[in-house]
Amino acid sequence: MSNHLTNLTLRVWRQKGPNDSGHFEDHAIEQISDEASFLEMLDILNERLIAQGKEAVVFDHDCREGICGTCSLMINGQAHGNQRGTATCQLHMRKFKSGDTIVIEPWRASAFPIIKDLMVDRSAFDRIIESGGFITAPTGGAPDANLIPIPKPVADSAMDSAECIGCGACVAACPNGAANLFTAAKVSHLNRLPQGQAERYKRVEAMVETMDEYFGSCTNHGECEAACPKEISIDVIALMNKDYRKAKLKNRKDLSRT
Amino acid sequence: MAQVIASRRGPVTGTAKAKSRRPFLLDLYSTAVGKKYVMAISGIAMMGFVLFHMIGNLKMFLGASDLNHYAHFLEKLLYPLAPEKTVLWILRAGLIGMLILHLHAAYSLTVMNRTARPVKYQSARDYQIANFASRTMRWSGIIVLAFIVWHLLDLTFGVVNSQTNTFYMEGDERLKDVYNAVVHSFERPVVAVFYIVANVLLGIHLFHGAWSIFQSLGWNNPRFNKWRNAFATGFAAIVVVGNVTFPVAVMAGILEKATY
Repeated sequence: MSNHLTNLTLRVWRQKGPNDSGHFEDHAIEQISDEASFLEMLDILNERLIAQGKEAVVFDHDCREGICGTCSLMINGQAHGNQRGTATCQLHMRKFKSGDTIVIEPWRASAFPIIKDLMVDRSAFDRIIESGGFITAPTGGAPDANLIPIPKPVADSAMDSAECIGCGACVAACPNGAANLFTAAKVSHLNRLPQGQAERYKRVEAMVETMDEYFGSCTNHGECEAACPKEISIDVIALMNKDYRKAKLKNRKDLSRT
Repeated sequence: MAQVIASRRGPVTGTAKAKSRRPFLLDLYSTAVGKKYVMAISGIAMMGFVLFHMIGNLKMFLGASDLNHYAHFLEKLLYPLAPEKTVLWILRAGLIGMLILHLHAAYSLTVMNRTARPVKYQSARDYQIANFASRTMRWSGIIVLAFIVWHLLDLTFGVVNSQTNTFYMEGDERLKDVYNAVVHSFERPVVAVFYIVANVLLGIHLFHGAWSIFQSLGWNNPRFNKWRNAFATGFAAIVVVGNVTFPVAVMAGILEKATY
């Protein structure tokens, strides 16, 4: 039995382009099923706007099942809304009440320039991945399972990090606009596994220094962990910091040998 | 669609890039993670100072002579191997160096963080984990810094305290009358209240700082992670409670001016 929410007010950020200053725009929206997802609610809003001959609200979305990391909304001051461990697409209208005012803003960081309305350019994350978030060994076809023995706790913790979908909620939630949780998740994903060992120290040095070019710094608030739709722990940041310190020494030693 | 994002340090060329060979420490300090190492290490040094400063000063409660002899001992550390006050000034120089590093790292990281989000969120943020301590590190730090300046003018240089740097003879030893300087200072209620407020802020600063050390230095181990918060709370509480006993004891009349 589904209920309908009435009298919702959406306060949506509208911005024509990267250089526009932007503003909030209020939309009253009636009759939204509480079974609708947050993005479906925005779809309904957009259809109504289009029917009225107005311009639809631009927002990012793709898989809508919480695994692609494309959706990115600051909902009532929280990245991905107030439901822990989910992306915006997995947030449903049953989390809201009739008469609520819902404030929707884009991610805000200098590294994530706003393209239009609620859509931001997160390619700074690609720059971090390009600098070291991979292994260069030719892998060929899929190897046999258990060809490389990996202890279960190691595989588990690497998998916990590998859950990162790169949505940018950590940056959005961080009071400093830091990307330490993203970078650390990517670093610890590969650095925990045997396949990642060959480039372990080059990876962490390159990725940390690329991160520095775009993002702020970590002050250990823990907001990123709370916002992360995959609930990645800030423990990975400590691992990155440790590997970075080791890398600084080891890479210098290696460099001096060449 | 593609936009050029301004980069602070030029283009990135992947893992194989040749690194410049700056001196190791400068190289480490050039990144935010490195600066956090400096924050943590200088923080540990200053935490060590603030703990032993508090423990040493508890001699207030053993009597004027005990405290004054302790002050004398500090001035004569390693004497006669080193001239009087030499070791003391080496330690002080170390602390000043640590303070400067802590301040510089904090300043440059703050600038970096402000640059990382030039346009603030236009609606109210709803913070989940960030607490009062972590959100106010800059303010608690700045107020504690102002307190340190006052504290030095008060009890080290005696600019605002007529009783500082007075001497008396005990036996054949010429001792500095530290005890009466402290009592004289706290007999001024405004000074005592400022001291208590600054110490509470110091405790709040230490609460977040002492926990952050573990993250910044990469000391993360499931075996002791659950103790990190307890350590931070305990350390901050011990320092604050210890320090606040002095003005409270003076104002309550437990510690009174001594005559020799």
